[in-house]
Amino acid sequence: MSSVQLFAPGHTACAGCGMPIAIKLILEGSGKDTIVVSPTGCLEVTTTRYPQSAWGVPWIHSLFENAAAVASGVERTLKVLKRDANVIVIGGDGATVDIGIGALSGMFERGHNVTYICYDNEAYMNTGVQRSSSTPYGASTTTSPAGKLSFGEDRPKKDLPAIAAAHGVPYVATASIGYPKDVINKVKKAKEIVGPKYIHVLAPCPTGWRFDGEKTIKMAKLAVETGLFPVYEMEDGVITKVKKIKDRKPVDEYLKLQGRYKHLFKDDFKDQVKKIQEIADKNAEKFGLDR
Amino acid sequence: MSQSKKDETIKLIPGGITGPKTTIVNKTGSWRTFIPIFNKEKCNKCGICGIFCPEDCITEDEEGHRHPDYDFCKGCGICAEECPKDAIEMILDSKEG
Amino acid sequence: MIKSNILKENPKMKILEGSMAVAQTVKTCKPNIVSAYPITPQTHIVEDIAQMVADGEMQADYIKVDSEFSALSALIGACATGARTYSSTTSQGLALMFEVLFNASGMRMPIVMTVVNRALSAPLNIWNDQHDSIAVRDAGWIQLYAEDNQEACDLLPIAYKVAEDKEILLPTMCCMDGFVLTHTFEPVVIPEESLVDEFLPSFRPDYVLDPENPVTIGAYGGPEIYTEFRYQQHNAMINAEEKIERAMNEFGEMFGREYNLVDGYRLDDADIVLISMGSLLGTMKDAVDDMREDGVKVGILKITSYRPFPKEKIYEKIRGIETGIVFEKDVSIGMGAGLLNDLKSSLYGKKQTPSLYGFALGLGGRDVTIDNIKDAVNKLKTSKLDDFGFINLREEVL
Ligand SMILES: Cc1ncc(C[n+]2csc(CCOP(=O)(O)OP(=O)(O)O)c2C)c(N)n1
Ligand code: SF4
Ligand SMILES: [Mg+2]
Repeated sequence: MSSVQLFAPGHTACAGCGMPIAIKLILEGSGKDTIVVSPTGCLEVTTTRYPQSAWGVPWIHSLFENAAAVASGVERTLKVLKRDANVIVIGGDGATVDIGIGALSGMFERGHNVTYICYDNEAYMNTGVQRSSSTPYGASTTTSPAGKLSFGEDRPKKDLPAIAAAHGVPYVATASIGYPKDVINKVKKAKEIVGPKYIHVLAPCPTGWRFDGEKTIKMAKLAVETGLFPVYEMEDGVITKVKKIKDRKPVDEYLKLQGRYKHLFKDDFKDQVKKIQEIADKNAEKFGLDR
Repeated sequence: MSQSKKDETIKLIPGGITGPKTTIVNKTGSWRTFIPIFNKEKCNKCGICGIFCPEDCITEDEEGHRHPDYDFCKGCGICAEECPKDAIEMILDSKEG
Repeated sequence: MIKSNILKENPKMKILEGSMAVAQTVKTCKPNIVSAYPITPQTHIVEDIAQMVADGEMQADYIKVDSEFSALSALIGACATGARTYSSTTSQGLALMFEVLFNASGMRMPIVMTVVNRALSAPLNIWNDQHDSIAVRDAGWIQLYAEDNQEACDLLPIAYKVAEDKEILLPTMCCMDGFVLTHTFEPVVIPEESLVDEFLPSFRPDYVLDPENPVTIGAYGGPEIYTEFRYQQHNAMINAEEKIERAMNEFGEMFGREYNLVDGYRLDDADIVLISMGSLLGTMKDAVDDMREDGVKVGILKITSYRPFPKEKIYEKIRGIETGIVFEKDVSIGMGAGLLNDLKSSLYGKKQTPSLYGFALGLGGRDVTIDNIKDAVNKLKTSKLDDFGFINLREEVL
């Protein structure tokens, strides 16, 4: 617990949920002079059920797909009324990469001084683990279920950091809650840059990924150590820093710990594990992950 | 409803304006099945348990030892899993009452 | 008074396009943030505002958003941070805002928006009717309808005053007919800025997003509290009736132009009352004058405030009149039309109420003539009709 606690206990996220860990780290980086905007999702329903709120900083929720637009209005008003605060959005992957991408694109393009942070738990968890376009290849969700003819999600994760960078967003970063200092530092760095910023933070969900809650940090590290979730920074569209991996682990060390990939270890879908290994290898090559 | 309970009733401010950090009335410790027991002898005071606690309910005493707030600890076990010194043990919680 | 006597000699009067007049009035209300997305026939309003901002004549920040959905969403953020806010939209844009409309009201954000009334697709049609705003009457927004451009302007400061009243805190739509008003040049007096300053206190909400007082806005509400949210909104809407009346009276004293929630025209001895909202009232007034010359005892009930729906005031005005004919530019498909249905339900169980008939007309920009109105009245006098129907239909294509 840091000296000034900006996020209180008593919230109702599942035991072992990665999302509140992400929130804690983000607020540690952004400090008390922060206004948070959040879309609908697990974060919102577990931290702000009326008449209670876990938030120690001003916080607003409006709808599922408009957080970036709401934040745009907050930021411009601060400017016009000559007040100062660090405006950040903390939103789920569904809200960010799917339904809210139009509003987010607008926020990027207009150059608002807002840090948009996506906590990526790789599905629509709040509504019962349906796939999002951030659900990884091979994962079984309730709408991309594994079945006789299906090995689960058949598309790779949408690359939102690249989409952000293509907007000319000056600072884009990925991070994982497995590396808390890195999350805090990236949020701090974003705060110093004027303009839109995008940080994509992996926050494992024990409920949706089907692993025991004590393994959340293990998962957050393994996703990085296998090369499936590359951790890097982009400044003005150029990759400036990559978290290098010593002895990259084979993907099955990560996959086999999670119920959402269980089906891949049956004979029918064995090839798919190879495909996922290829995704990791490609990432390693693209970002120069191997030390 | 008893009189005292009535007095605690929070009036609905139009639009549902809610006060900060008010979830602290919600004692999520009742969710627990396993409870973390911290061993002072083994602890090296690194604080990793607190950094990763999703409830942010682990405090530090003057000597640097960590103490979970059992009012809120949901018993997820992350602290025990991540502790580099194996100073935290998860045991079945025998809840009183 | 059905129409303010705007043609009186007045040095402050200008001949302006309706959109320009509205834009210039918005300026006098000093919104901090304007956020809008262009759509015909609202475009001139937002272009004129953009130009005033570009010329430094208007201090507002104009957020050039990616959609109507974002336009209204940005205003929720702005309003929650303490800004006075303005937007304008129409038809498809209003429909795209649907989800945000309910949300803005539930969050009690006193946003003011000019809704330029236009038909809804399909078929795509850019011309005027009022299906768009009437379809969102349940969204928890105050809805005021302007008969002419002067009223479209004057309703704006009134709207801000009522919306921002701490006992109300409801967003407000000032509705004006697309093209018919927005693109028509009429003489108008833009409310004087210094008087508007006096009339409209600055916006000082009790709760804003501010790290010094870190409140949560927009919490999730379960079954134990949801009903109370709606109850408060409902009461605020009902209380808005008196607040609008007061604001209109105060406006009248300061600016010399009178408005009312509902108005009567030649109603005193009428056997027939024609009821409508918006610019159609002008045509109806001419028709009534003609019919009066022919000895038909007919008058008009003008409804300015559709939400709140001033049911007692309406009843007082039309009590004892035999027949009521509602002319409206919308259809509640398969079940009458908005104003007709609301009138019927508000009069249910009351004594001495008129038999009510509703006519849909002027849909998708079809012209409404004085003769259309007169024909409808005659038809009703000579034949037995259903309580709702279309007039001026092109039977030959059906
Ligand atoms: C317009 C709209 N469509 C659908 C929903 C239902 N819905 C609420 S939260 C949610 C999923 C949230 O997913 P994500 O953003 O990834 O956050 P998570 O719950 O996973 O943390 C969905 C589909 C909604 N609230 N609004
Ligand atoms: S479903 Fe997943 S993301 Fe949602 S609260 Fe539970 S663990 Fe967290
Ligand atoms: Mg998600």
